[in-house]
Amino acid sequence: MIVQPVLVVAAALFSLGIYGILVRRNAVMVLLSIELILNSVNINFILFDTMLADTLMQGQIFTIFIITIAAAEVGIGLAIVLMLFRNRQTANINEFDLMKW
Amino acid sequence: MVNFKPTVFAEGELVYTDGGILAEYAWLLVVLPFVAALVITFTGKYLPLKGAEVALTTIGIIFLYSAALMYLHITSGVVNEFFINVGSIGVFDIEFGWVVDGLSIMMYFVVGTVALLVFIYATNYMEGEIRYTFFFTSLTLFAGSMLVLVSSPTLIQILIGWELVGVCSYLLIGHYWEKKDNSSAAMKAFITNKIADVGLMIGIIILALNTGTLRISKILYQSTHDYEKLSTVAFVAAILLFVGAMGKSAQFPLHVWLPDAMAGPTPVSALMHAATMVTAGVYLLARMFPFYKAMAPDALDVVMLFGVITLLAAGLIAVVQDDLKKVLAYSTVSQLGYMVAAIGSGAYTAALFHLWTHAFFKALLFLGAGSVIHSVHSNSMLEMGGLRKVMPKTFATFIIGTIALAGLPPFAGFFSKDEILASFNHEGETTFFFIAVLGAFITAFYMTRAVSLTFLGEYRGHGHPHESHNLMTTPLLTLSVFAIASGWVNIPGVYTGFTDWVTTRKNKIVEYHPESFDLFALSSGLLAGLLGIALGYYLYQLQGSAETGDNKIKIQPIWSVLENKYYLDHFYFKFVIDPVKINISKAVDKFNTNVIDRFVNGFGQVASLMGSVVYNNFDQNGIDKLLNMSSTGTDNFGGKVKLLQTGKTQQYLMLFLGGVVTISLLILFIT
Repeated sequence: MIVQPVLVVAAALFSLGIYGILVRRNAVMVLLSIELILNSVNINFILFDTMLADTLMQGQIFTIFIITIAAAEVGIGLAIVLMLFRNRQTANINEFDLMKW
Repeated sequence: MVNFKPTVFAEGELVYTDGGILAEYAWLLVVLPFVAALVITFTGKYLPLKGAEVALTTIGIIFLYSAALMYLHITSGVVNEFFINVGSIGVFDIEFGWVVDGLSIMMYFVVGTVALLVFIYATNYMEGEIRYTFFFTSLTLFAGSMLVLVSSPTLIQILIGWELVGVCSYLLIGHYWEKKDNSSAAMKAFITNKIADVGLMIGIIILALNTGTLRISKILYQSTHDYEKLSTVAFVAAILLFVGAMGKSAQFPLHVWLPDAMAGPTPVSALMHAATMVTAGVYLLARMFPFYKAMAPDALDVVMLFGVITLLAAGLIAVVQDDLKKVLAYSTVSQLGYMVAAIGSGAYTAALFHLWTHAFFKALLFLGAGSVIHSVHSNSMLEMGGLRKVMPKTFATFIIGTIALAGLPPFAGFFSKDEILASFNHEGETTFFFIAVLGAFITAFYMTRAVSLTFLGEYRGHGHPHESHNLMTTPLLTLSVFAIASGWVNIPGVYTGFTDWVTTRKNKIVEYHPESFDLFALSSGLLAGLLGIALGYYLYQLQGSAETGDNKIKIQPIWSVLENKYYLDHFYFKFVIDPVKINISKAVDKFNTNVIDRFVNGFGQVASLMGSVVYNNFDQNGIDKLLNMSSTGTDNFGGKVKLLQTGKTQQYLMLFLGGVVTISLLILFIT
């Protein structure tokens, strides 16, 4: 079974996500990067579920959970970003620093 | 720990009972007024009658209870004592309690009856006056204090009651304390009594130390059965107790407070002079009578001497007084002289009998005088006159009181005064007998003078006098019934119930009691009374106004000596008050400023110095610095650390990632 290439893909996806979170200034893009990270985790779950031939298919069930939660998270996140945009006329994440000392 | 043990005694010829439940609950008489005083103090102002209803209810209950006790006593005779042990000092048990016997029941009844009528009278008399509620509190306390005193089975309780009566009299005499004269009068009463109280206190201590007990009945038992213990100190103790009695019962020369006590409202005077305060001394002598009779007959002679001096001296002053209440006040002193002299002559019953009748007719006279004063707005008899027309009820009752005091049959005063005279005659005290007869003459004279100046002739005042309210005249009418009939309980040869009442005690009373009328004493007393009335009527009625009447008896220098009350007040001021004021008080004041104050100030300065040292060095430099340092340290550290909080999300994420990576690496390398 091909394990290594899939892991590499997942790791690459994860790294891309991290990069996106840390570097992108647009809040929407940051949210998208989070989706990338979640999906890389999903790939890993599926991979190890298949590899271990788990009869309960826990990996796949978790994946479904994660997708659901990701959907909810994106919904709330986009709503927050929308409100912020309305109030500030910008989606630049560096300008949302009200919580600083 | 309260030790409740009722004791029952039976001794003597008469059959006694223990009084049953009525005697057992007689403590209510003592406790109720104090409860009522508390209730009036806290709720009086919110009640519809401003607290008077509480006082009236209480005193009504006391009257009913004492009447029930009286009935029980008349029918079957009650002798009982109850003690509550509240602790002990050395060998002395400190016991409070109540005694239910002939003497105390008689006093309960007198206090209850007179107080009830005075209270009813006062509700109207004091209407609209300042401190109405407080007045009723004090009046209730006053009656209660007297009940503490007369119910006392131990000397310690007598002392407590004695002082309580003194305090309450102070409050009541000084009721209108805004005027300096009134508060001075209150002070005078209190201090004079206090001086006498020292005698009582030392007397009690001597008696207690020599008998080993504070119970009166035990002391009296020892004085008749155990001669040795007391014989050496009996005379001194008896005299000291009498000094105490001299203060409360206003015996010459300590009577000076009583006329000044007229500064109080008239109901107070009536209560004080009839039932609650001045009788205390006579009561004490009567209570301790077996002791006097058995152990200190010499002291009884002294008692009699002072009594006789008082009855004559005070009677003479009453003749020259223009203030209606002062006439009655000196009359009270004089009548107290009769009672004390009677005790001194060994006539126990006669003294108490006079106390009994005097309580009623003197209360009547005082309330009558109050009614007049209330209507005329003046105390001076020179501004009265002719009031018989406008105040018929007051006039009629006042006349009844006057005749009772002057001692004409069949009014109350006749029987009691006659019994005292008869006792003097029996004892062979010829001089004293004639002085007492002279006293009766003077009594009749000054009372006739008072009646003439107040009620007869023409009105000399300026106001428009009117008859008093029914609430005031009803007590007068009730008391006049007593003033007429209260003497009928002790008619020699006919009915001598009173003698049986008051001699029904745990300790046997040995005294002289006339079996039939002493015709010599009777005729002298009666003649003196009639002559006094005749002379008074001749001088003040037939001769016309107050001026001409007074002119006839203004014999110098006697008149001015009497007007200045034998210069006793001058004497006291010169030889007692001023020396104390000028020398001792000043010296004490100097000592106070120079020694005690300096001492206290020095202490204060040292303490303040020590305080500032501690403050500057220890507090400011030690504790405060430490606290400040810790707070500034925290502040600085926080100022540095807070810079991490940039509010930039991606920086946080960066740090978070760094942390995750670091931990991962650590785990990787360590495992």
